[in-house]
Amino acid sequence: MKRALWFAALTACSAPTPQHAPDRAAESRALFGRVAAVLTSPRCVNCHPADDSPRQGDMHMLHDPPVVRGPDDRGIPALRCTTCHQEANAELARIPGAPDWHLAPIEMAWLGKTPSEICTQLVDPARNGNRTLAAIEDHLAHDPLVAWGWAPGADRATPPGTQADAAAAFQAWVDSGAVCP
Amino acid sequence: MSVKLTINGVEHELDDPDMPILWALRDVLGLTGTKFGCGEALCGACTVHIDGQPVRSCVTPVKRAAGKTVTTIEGLHDHPLQRAWIELGVPQCGYCQAGQIMTAAALLASTPDPTDDEIDHAMAGNLCRCGTYVRIRAAIHKAAK
Repeated sequence: MKRALWFAALTACSAPTPQHAPDRAAESRALFGRVAAVLTSPRCVNCHPADDSPRQGDMHMLHDPPVVRGPDDRGIPALRCTTCHQEANAELARIPGAPDWHLAPIEMAWLGKTPSEICTQLVDPARNGNRTLAAIEDHLAHDPLVAWGWAPGADRATPPGTQADAAAAFQAWVDSGAVCP
Repeated sequence: MSVKLTINGVEHELDDPDMPILWALRDVLGLTGTKFGCGEALCGACTVHIDGQPVRSCVTPVKRAAGKTVTTIEGLHDHPLQRAWIELGVPQCGYCQAGQIMTAAALLASTPDPTDDEIDHAMAGNLCRCGTYVRIRAAIHKAAK
């Protein structure tokens, strides 16, 4: 019994072996989980579809009326996003609104993708709008359309935390080495 | 703060910037050609143009049109679409038709000879409870010629 206690104490006081050293890559991957919790929110992915139709609601229903993406991701000439969506929520009509309402380009599609797949896209300039990670952080922190996610009006659910929390989580992930899960 | 805008070529000054354009048209200015349908931008009956772009006037505040030009159905003078609508007898009850014509006018302004698909996509947000869609599409083709 005494021998067992001594061994336990010795083990507890020992310096960490290499296999117990912090795994920076694992930390970074875990940090992306906090970012992914925001990016996979319905308020975000509904306007990041892989086809030509926006989604709506927490079940990602096809947009009604049946609008289409159009060449500039803002609808077609006679049925633009801004035909209905204003620069602010229309509360009585329950129509969401924010400045420059539009879909994300199709190469930035997130809907139905895993956090790992979304992360891989985020770090690929060909699929992130040719942005640096700093530019993505700025977009996440300050874009009015992104901000709408946390003030969506009606009874729509919001992504976790705040916009500032999301930007801070993204920056922490970048600072940790921006390793994808 | 009042809002100055031009409606069908006439300058107006409206007192309530947050009032939906539809209310201003119908209740303030007496332009009743534009109809109230759903009040939620889901039916298209209230469609007007701001600087040539169609908007649902039931949810669009007057301030969005500040310094701009609004065109309503009364502002389309003998438009080819109106002639085609009459020639083909498009309307049944007629309630949605002002909105249908305004959306179609925006389509033809950008796409002078639209295909069936282009018409269907453009008109997808305009509902017609009488089901006049086939005649609407035919009239758009006729006006495009």
